[in-house]
Amino acid sequence: MEGGQSAAIGNDPERGMTSQKGITLEARGLRRTYQRGTEEIHALDGVSLKIQEADFISFTGPSGSGKTTLVNLLGCLDNPTAGELDLDSRRIFGGGKIVSERKLTRIRREVFGYIFQNFYLIPTLTVRENVTLPLAFYRKPGTDGEAEKLLSMLGLEHRMNHLPGEISGGEMQRASIARALINRPKILLADEPTGSLDTKRTMEIGEVLRHLNRSAGLTIVMVTHNANLAKLAGRVIEMRDGRAHEG
Amino acid sequence: MISPFQIAYKNLLRDRVRTLLTLGGIMLASWVLVSLLGFNRGYERALDHDIDNMGYQLMVMAKGCPYEAATLMLQGGTGLRYIERSMVDSISREPEVEQATPILMQAYFDPNKGESGGIAGYFGVEAATFPAMKPFYRFRKGGWFQSENAAEVVMGFEAAELEQREVGDMTLVPEKNVQLKVVGILERTGTQDDGTIFVPLKTLQNISETDKITTIGIRVKKGADVAGLEGRLYQLPNVQVVSFSQVKQTIMTLVSTTRVMVFSIAVIALLIAMAGVANTVLMSVVERLQEIGVLKTMGAMPSDIFLLVWTETLILCTGGGIAGVGLAFAFARAADALARRVLPYAPKGGLVEIDLKLALLTIGVVGVVGLLSGAYPAWKAGRVRPLETIRSAV
Repeated sequence: MEGGQSAAIGNDPERGMTSQKGITLEARGLRRTYQRGTEEIHALDGVSLKIQEADFISFTGPSGSGKTTLVNLLGCLDNPTAGELDLDSRRIFGGGKIVSERKLTRIRREVFGYIFQNFYLIPTLTVRENVTLPLAFYRKPGTDGEAEKLLSMLGLEHRMNHLPGEISGGEMQRASIARALINRPKILLADEPTGSLDTKRTMEIGEVLRHLNRSAGLTIVMVTHNANLAKLAGRVIEMRDGRAHEG
Repeated sequence: MISPFQIAYKNLLRDRVRTLLTLGGIMLASWVLVSLLGFNRGYERALDHDIDNMGYQLMVMAKGCPYEAATLMLQGGTGLRYIERSMVDSISREPEVEQATPILMQAYFDPNKGESGGIAGYFGVEAATFPAMKPFYRFRKGGWFQSENAAEVVMGFEAAELEQREVGDMTLVPEKNVQLKVVGILERTGTQDDGTIFVPLKTLQNISETDKITTIGIRVKKGADVAGLEGRLYQLPNVQVVSFSQVKQTIMTLVSTTRVMVFSIAVIALLIAMAGVANTVLMSVVERLQEIGVLKTMGAMPSDIFLLVWTETLILCTGGGIAGVGLAFAFARAADALARRVLPYAPKGGLVEIDLKLALLTIGVVGVVGLLSGAYPAWKAGRVRPLETIRSAV
């Protein structure tokens, strides 16, 4: 998959997923250009790809290769300069039209969960309160008691009433994963989720993500510099100079 | 599940010192505001009470400065000009007049009063007409004079306390060396009369060697045309008429300068507090841009973020407002004492009157002011684009 060529990747038997996969996200010729003074920077140079339900994809590549830019566009955090993006056959970006922040927020709350390198847990809220934070703004049905279930599943049941400053980095990232999952997203976007963690914690988080993908069929799109972590994903896409190369 | 209110409240706990300082600013502004509003109400009510308890609606006195007249009437200074006693009879014949009473005000220097001497004020009044003007007077001991020229006095509550006199004691009129017997001591009335010494009119006229009077107190019949009567009284030669409303207006004019000054201070304090709130909330928003961005990735709409930041402002302002009102209640007496020190004339009774309605009004005003000052930071927070803030953190 490179520079405008699209490639649909089928089931990966190793992940044990079913064959009932509908296309979840489809990008065609996505471009993103930034202006720095008089210079134009082509962060993305026509990327096309398909991400199907229950895929676990990792984007790797050197700094500035466009991996985070691509994930931001896939996650509706930014508008592309050109290209199209369909979500479950529904056109999100296309025809050069700028989608408003309000509309993007509506899509994000319905579809995506996000985890970041810096966790962004609110320091004055307990772990449980941080996890239930998205519900204060938007709540999908059936989320009652979900926080406790997620925290137990992620091994944080004994940390529920602790403040973020009282737990380790790995635990903070697990809490942020629980927060990302509380509203039952269809796709989990993880931008350098282990960038602030040591090797042991990195693999621990990697295992959590793989477990979520395998057992719950959650679609995961991850950006990482860590080759070992990337290998845990079923698909590894390498970004170079704003283009995607699937190995 | 955590509510937006809890999120806002806990956000304020993040930098406790800053939150406390902002709360302190709002608290002081609310304190000044509620005390001022309480003073505005209390002073006017106390003045009304003082004037109502004079027992008459109009006073006639020899022409002079109206400010002096007002002070004379309320504080009992020396009457520098005199009017004829016969004027009382002609005024009594006016159809609107229910009763008129002659008064002679005199003041003598008492070298034994205080550390360096002081003025002792005497009211010469008629036992036949004056008590009827003051039906609310109650005697602690004794009663009114036995005759119109008896060598007797009736002392106001504070005057008796100050001179430590009891019924049956003798009291000396300074300068004149005349001894008078105390025949009655009044209960406290809460008016200027508490510090007054009442003497039979004729007795005081004899002591001061005059057959004239300084003032005529006039009680008007219910529903009578007071303005019409006032107009006719002005036709009398060499007299001036001071009405209830005039006195009140004169004193309120004297006090208004102080009120305007204090009100200006309250408005400035409120504006400073408003700027403080806006600054605190804006700083807090700028410090949390990444977090706000993350909240937006979670599905928070601009309006959600706006309300969240606005709630923080509302908590700060209502908290500060409540604390300020509490402080005003706690220090109402101190504010009263301060007002008495700076005002040109302070009536008896509480000058600062704060009730629940006023407290709620103040908290409401501070809340609205807070919401106005928090609108810009809240709007700025609502416009945060998640991508830009998250990218800036990397």
